[in-house]
Formats: sequence, C-alpha cells, structure tokens
Amino acid sequence: MSISIDQSKCIGCGKCHDVCPGTLIKINENKKAFIKYPKDCWGCTSCIKECPVHAIHFFLGEDIGGKGSKVHTEKVNGLVRWIVEFPDGSVKTIDIDPKESNKY
Amino acid sequence: MKIERLKTDLLIIGGGTAGCYAAITATSDNTAPNAAGNKSADLKILIVEKANIKRSGCLAAGVNALNAYITEGRTPKDYVEYAKKDADGIVREDLLYSISEKFNEVTAHLEKLGLVILKDKDGKYVTRGNRNIKINGENIKPILAKAVKELPNVTVLNHVNIFDFSVHGNKIDGAFGFGIENDTFYAIEAGAVIIATGGAAGLYRPNNPGFSRHKMWYPPFNTGAGYAMGIRHGAEMTTFEMRFIALRCKDTIAPTGTLAQGVGAKQVNSLGEIYETKYGISTSERVYGTVTENLEGRGPCYLRTEGISAEQEESLLKAYLNMAPSQTIRWLENETPSKANVEIEGTEPYIVGGHTASGYWVDTKRATTIQGLYAAGDVAGGAPQKYVTGALAEGEIAAKSAVEYIKAKVDRHAPLQGSRNAPGINPGQALDAEVPLNISDSNIASHVAEIEKFFQNKKSDFTTEQLEETMQIVMDTYAGGIKTGYRYSENQLKLAKKEIEEIEKLTNKLGAADLQEVMYIYELKERLTVCRSVIAHLAARHETRWHSFAENLDYPEKDNINFRKYVNSRLENGEIKIILRELTAEGQRNYEHQH
Repeated sequence: MSISIDQSKCIGCGKCHDVCPGTLIKINENKKAFIKYPKDCWGCTSCIKECPVHAIHFFLGEDIGGKGSKVHTEKVNGLVRWIVEFPDGSVKTIDIDPKESNKY
Repeated sequence: MKIERLKTDLLIIGGGTAGCYAAITATSDNTAPNAAGNKSADLKILIVEKANIKRSGCLAAGVNALNAYITEGRTPKDYVEYAKKDADGIVREDLLYSISEKFNEVTAHLEKLGLVILKDKDGKYVTRGNRNIKINGENIKPILAKAVKELPNVTVLNHVNIFDFSVHGNKIDGAFGFGIENDTFYAIEAGAVIIATGGAAGLYRPNNPGFSRHKMWYPPFNTGAGYAMGIRHGAEMTTFEMRFIALRCKDTIAPTGTLAQGVGAKQVNSLGEIYETKYGISTSERVYGTVTENLEGRGPCYLRTEGISAEQEESLLKAYLNMAPSQTIRWLENETPSKANVEIEGTEPYIVGGHTASGYWVDTKRATTIQGLYAAGDVAGGAPQKYVTGALAEGEIAAKSAVEYIKAKVDRHAPLQGSRNAPGINPGQALDAEVPLNISDSNIASHVAEIEKFFQNKKSDFTTEQLEETMQIVMDTYAGGIKTGYRYSENQLKLAKKEIEEIEKLTNKLGAADLQEVMYIYELKERLTVCRSVIAHLAARHETRWHSFAENLDYPEKDNINFRKYVNSRLENGEIKIILRELTAEGQRNYEHQH
C-alpha cells in the first residue's frame, strides 16, 4: 500500500510532510507535495487525514492484491465518506459516522 | 552541517506513546518539592523525535481498543497471571504488577485529555472480553501531542534522529543526533535520559518483500535504535529470543480479531477443518497452529467467512475501513468476505517489548543498567502484553524515576556549591551554569566525521537498500524467518552470525546524498546490531518454550529444569556475553539491579 498526491489539488500547506511517520513526503520547488519514497509507506493514512483539500489517495500494491483502485476520504455532514474509484471508472462510496465507528 | 549544542535536565528520546506520556507526567508531578524547595515543573524537558510527535510511532494510524485494562470484577493480579501464562513463565512479575496497577488510572487520564471511550447506557465502558475496552482512538496520538505542546517547560525537536548516547563511566550524560531535513548536528547534554524508541521491525524478510515491503504489522520506522544504542554501550538486555509474530489477514496484514469476534469466523484449513483449538490458545500457539497446518500440507488457512449475511458483510467493510482500510479495498477489488474465506498468515518476526518480553533489563523503576538511563514502552523488557496503557504506565514510572534521579543529583551537589542553598535558585539553571560540559568538542568532531564519511563515499559498491535486503534474507533463511516456518538450528544460527557480521563491515562503505540517507544507514546498522543479539539469544535458549516465537530444532522440547530463567546479554569486548538469571519470585513486587 502506498499513496499518491494529486498536485493539481495540493495547496502546499505541508501538513502531510509534517506528520508522515517515515518523513517520506517532500515539498517540491513549486510548493507541491510528493511522496519521495513510495515503497517505504506503512499505509498508516496519517497524511490522508491531515490533508485539508483531499489531494491524497491511497492504493494497494499489485503484490498484495491491488487492481488499480484509488481511495480517498472526504468529510460530509460530520460523516467520513470513503470514495473508491475503480479502474473502470465506477465509484463506490461508504459513509462512516465517526461516533459509531467502533460498534462492529 | 551546522553544529548545535543543547542542554536539558531530562532528555526523552522518541516521542511515541511512552515518550509523550513521560513528558506529560514528569511535569504534572510538581506538587512535591525536593529538599531545596524546588519542584519538578522547574525541570527542562526535551523530546527528540525522528518524525513528528503528532503522528509518530506505533499509534500513527490510531487504535480502536485499549487491550490492557482491568475490567469490573478483575484485578491487576489476574492480568499478571494472564501475561505470565501467555509467556510460559518468562516474565518479570514486578514490572507487570507496576503497570497493571496503573492501567485504569492512565486510561482515566487519557479520557480527560480528550480520548473518546465508548460507554454503555449506564455510563460504563464498553468492554470486549476480560481485558479490553473499546475506544474511538483514531486521534489518540494527536491528543497526546496536544497535551505535550501545552506544557511550558517541554521542548520538542521533530525530525531529529538520535544515533548515539554519550556515556562516561557507565553513566549517561547526553546523546548525539542530526536533523534529517535541516542539515544540523545536535550534541545534547542531559541530567537523565528516557529511551522510548520502540521495538524493531525490518530485521527479517517481510511477507511481501516487493513494492509493499513496508505493509507490515509493526511500524517499519521502528528500527531498534534504542536497543542498538544500549547494546553498544554495554547495557544488559533481556529475552531477545522471545520474538513476536502476529497472525494476520494475508497480504494486507490487517488484524483478524474483528473477523473472529465480529462475525464468529473460525480458523479452518484448506480441508475445511477447524484447527484453532488443536494447538492451544496462547499467542504463539495460535501462530504455530497455522504454520503447522501449512507445513503438513493442509494449507492455506483461512478465517471462515463464506456465507455471512449481507448485513454482516457491510459491517465488516465499514469496520475495516475504520481500522485497516487496505483490507476493505482488497475485498472490494477482489472477492468480498461473504463470497471467499479470508486467508491468514504469520508475519515476519519482530522484537517488541510491548508484546513479548524483549528489551532493556530494567529494575522496577525502569532504570536500565546504565546509570541515568531509563526505559519505557516497547524498548523496555520483561513485561509483555503491555500494549498502549502499559506503555503509558511505563512512561510515567520512568519519568518519575528520572525526575527523582535528577533532583537527587542536584541535592547532592548543593552543599558543595553553597549558592545552591540560597532561596530562589532554580536547580535547572544551576545545573546549566556550574556543571562542566560532558560532551567535549572532540566527541562532537568524531561523530560529525563519522556522518561526513558517508557523504564522501561516492562510489559505494552497494546501496543501503541492498544490504538491508541481504540482512533480511540471512535472518529469514538462517535465523528462523517465514521461509523455514520460524524454525532454526544451531548450525544455521552460526551461519547467520557470520553473515550478519560481514554485512556490518560493509556498512562503513555505504554512501549517502543527504541526512535522510544517512539516517537509513544508521537504521541499517541498528538493525544489524539487534540481529546479532537476537541470534545470540536464540542460540542460548536450549529449549523450545514458545512454538514459532523461538522454535529451536536442536532442542524441540521445553526444559523447565534449566531454562525457567531469563536469558540476558551484554556486549563485552565486541562479543555478546550471555547471562542466565533466576526468575522473579511468585508475586514479587520489587526488583533492584545487583551489579
């Protein structure tokens, strides 16, 4: 699992860089964030949680069953909306209420 | 490289769960002034963290339960007995009692700091089993970091990697580090040091060594730095042979508990037989069962989820999105759990004192065998099953002991240096002004030269990554990795030792382009140091007490006559010396080092 950063959305705030527990994310000359060491990502999703503009998504490596889908989250009316974009263009969303997130 | 000298009373290395809580509790204990009338709130505290304390360490991703809690009707003794049984006796009862008695107190403190603990309609914590309570812990680390930030006397240095202690005459007086992004070398002098750097991942070849090599159970950024620095300075270590291996969902390394407890999924082999009760229920026996079914040709093994209802499936997808999202994505991209059972596998072995008993040999106060150095969390040995609350409890115990040590030092100096007795003198300042520098300019120069050498090694034959992979293959093949079903023999361990030592020599020829790459070289060196200790410990325990965790093919049986003992070690003249020590007595509450 690793992440990639959509530079057209990135506002260069640097929050993802600050929190990555592996210090794997850097800021380029154009003040855009990028992951310098994609193979070293633990998959903790800290950066995704910090990004104020939902510019970061994660994906599964092919070696662990990944098929090319991209995942990101957005906050909608107090819910966490998980958005999965499949390679064929279809999209699945799952909403989770943070207050109810641990009832399962 | 800029060179910066810093001075502090208490240095905390590693701002994870234990390190942050050490800072929080060291300063909150300011009600009891010392003999000179000074409070510990006067002490200057410095946390040095190689990432950023907001999301660093084991809890970067959050956690959805506190697995060590004394639930209603249970006692700390019950917890000690559970941990002792799971480790088949090789635990320090004094250490386990000291954390068990604090589990609920530190939990209440966390709730006060803002952690959401789930409650039932009567306002009682929602439990899961006898020892666990459920939390919404996604933000547990930001909560701790915020509490640290509000403390006036605590400074945090983020993105600074500590790579060596300063020790003189077996007494620690500081540490050396470098900023991985600011081109600065740090020489830090301290009155006392708490080491809280976590355990060691990445010693063994991981489940998925390709692109997803870091999709592992334990944080890949925990490289055993604390163990390695202590080992090199002659600290006594304990039980490195009790490795930890987690049983997880294949590929994603997601937890299995929610499948087992949430939808009652049983462990089955490829013949559909339920095998989970056949091998015993301790943590190591659960791993061993799955390994054995595979070795005997009845693999792969699964958690049986086929046929669960649509409603159950929906709840599983959500539960995993919340705690291990890669598992949900894997289901959505492949087959969902109602259609296909979930394959399970053991991870590569880790050395981690929060789950097994590996780590620094400490007394009840968490003092290591190096004077002035205290250990807390995964780096501290003897107390397995400590989890989050145990790490917090150890942070607090270590902090109070370190503060006591600093105060005693100041008090002892006072009569010799009359001005200290004058009212209004801050012992911290006095310490700064009058104690001579412990770290000399030549100490600094030699450490800086060591770093700069890596910048000069332009034409290295190997990369750090290649040597890391070689180390992992050696450990996998000859020191009981996944490849051999976690089994090893004395002859294999001899080869492992030889090859690890050869890789160690090659690390001095590695080159680096920046300080982040220098950090990777030091992390590799740390892992190699830990590997040597693991190999020596595995070779020293002539028995098989814990299946899979330490499966010695030359000694396949348990030996209660000779090995109801701690296997400890110390580096002496470059060689690891093994020391067998007697177990603590039943119910023993206190233990002091006998040097």
